[in-house]
Amino acid sequence: MPLLEISNIDVSYGDVQVIYDLSLNVNEGEVVSIIGGNGAGKSSLLKTISGLLKPSAGRIRFQDEDVQGAAPEDIVERGLIHVPEGRRLFSLMSVRDNLEVGAHSRRARAHRERTLREVHAMFPRLLERSDQLAMTLSGGEQQMVAIGRGLMAMPRLLMLDEPSLGLAPILIKEIFRNVRKIAESGTTVLLVEQDVRHSLELSNRGYVLEHGRIAMEGSAKELMDNPHIKTAYLGI
Amino acid sequence: MLYYLQDVIDGVLMGSIYGLLALGLTLIFGVLKVINFAHGSFLMLGMYVAYWTVSLTGLHPYLSLILVVPAMFLFGYGFQKALVQPIFKAESDVREPITVIIVTTGVWYILDNLALLLFGPDYRALTPNPLKGKMLELGEIFISLPKLYGCISALVTAGALTWFLRATRTGRAIRAVSLDREAASLMGISQWRIFAVAMGIGTSIAGISGVALTPFYNVYPTVGVPFDVKCFVIVVLGGLGSIPGAMLGGVIIGLVESLGPVFMTATWTEAIVYGLFLLFLFVKPSGLFGVKYDW
Repeated sequence: MPLLEISNIDVSYGDVQVIYDLSLNVNEGEVVSIIGGNGAGKSSLLKTISGLLKPSAGRIRFQDEDVQGAAPEDIVERGLIHVPEGRRLFSLMSVRDNLEVGAHSRRARAHRERTLREVHAMFPRLLERSDQLAMTLSGGEQQMVAIGRGLMAMPRLLMLDEPSLGLAPILIKEIFRNVRKIAESGTTVLLVEQDVRHSLELSNRGYVLEHGRIAMEGSAKELMDNPHIKTAYLGI
Repeated sequence: MLYYLQDVIDGVLMGSIYGLLALGLTLIFGVLKVINFAHGSFLMLGMYVAYWTVSLTGLHPYLSLILVVPAMFLFGYGFQKALVQPIFKAESDVREPITVIIVTTGVWYILDNLALLLFGPDYRALTPNPLKGKMLELGEIFISLPKLYGCISALVTAGALTWFLRATRTGRAIRAVSLDREAASLMGISQWRIFAVAMGIGTSIAGISGVALTPFYNVYPTVGVPFDVKCFVIVVLGGLGSIPGAMLGGVIIGLVESLGPVFMTATWTEAIVYGLFLLFLFVKPSGLFGVKYDW
């Protein structure tokens, strides 16, 4: 039984439909990538899973319970955590407060001191910068705070929306290395990326999203070898 | 020279009470991003609650806080849930639904007229009032004791609010929602609960201002009106959402009001207050302590 099971959802912004009849699942312990170009509907998909958008049709089940239409805070309480695109840090709050807010849910709050130590062990830079305002950090550090803030919520499934966006290549490598570490520690990861090569390298499976529909799915290896993906996304 | 000093002290004391009231308004504005025009009427309500508590039970005026603070919190919480939240839900595609301004203005008129209907147009002085006319004499300077206590309560409230926002889980959640509602909801924070809590706290601060005012200021149905408008000027002057800004803005307005009549006809002071308001809107719209960019 999959951890997250999405069946046949439609999603619209007002009159504009952005996701059509989309189905996807993520099993416990997997790393699954969703790849696709700008405007393919990747972020809208994550927003729908985390409750910011409501699907007009279809079902979303997490741990075998329906969550479509639930409030975002209830979805967070279940351990389904969304690290949004563009980091969205609380700019005028300190790094420490950003991380603390990550552990707002009842479930995560009890363990927040231990989780905070784990986050600091993964990103020692964040410990050094604890009292700095989030807006004063570099792009790479901000992404560390965003991921750390997601980890503070003790995710059962961590959804990362373009963690490599706008970062220098060397930082991208570091971010992906940390995503791998998070996955190896037993957290299930759903990764949305435009950096297809890096994300497929650390994924078990992937879905290709085009114009709001799943265009292709398969194991990471199958997708990397696929001629369409090679030309359209990998530029080979 | 002493003559000015007396006015300066009066201005600072009265101004800090303006600042106290503005603290509630700036908190509500900081979180909801819309101005609550009923804030002055909430002050009026707090003053009547304080007045009736004291005259019916004979409690010391400041002890009425025990009743005023929770009652005003619940009133603000309910006001948000029943009247403002539905607007936010109906206009979910905008961050600051302008309709809220119209609704809060409506609430202002309804509350003021309800008070007129229930309590009549009388100017009511607090009785029993152990603080009536009490002065602290320092040489030739007279300091009104109830105003001094009002100033102290303003400082204590500002300090407590700052601590609350910095150090508590709910306080951090309030700051998070004021900075980015959508990101806050991804942290598991219910923005509707936070909106209501912020409105409750802002309203109970209006209540504290009411308790601070009643020992030396008469209560009447439209008592909130001059305060409401001044408060809005203060919040803009200090920077929307800023606690030190609200306090400093309050003191500036208090000083203009107390020193103005020394140099010119008293009617000009109003012009100076609004002149300052316009000047800030033109030159530094983010106010003294406001942040330049939009959060």
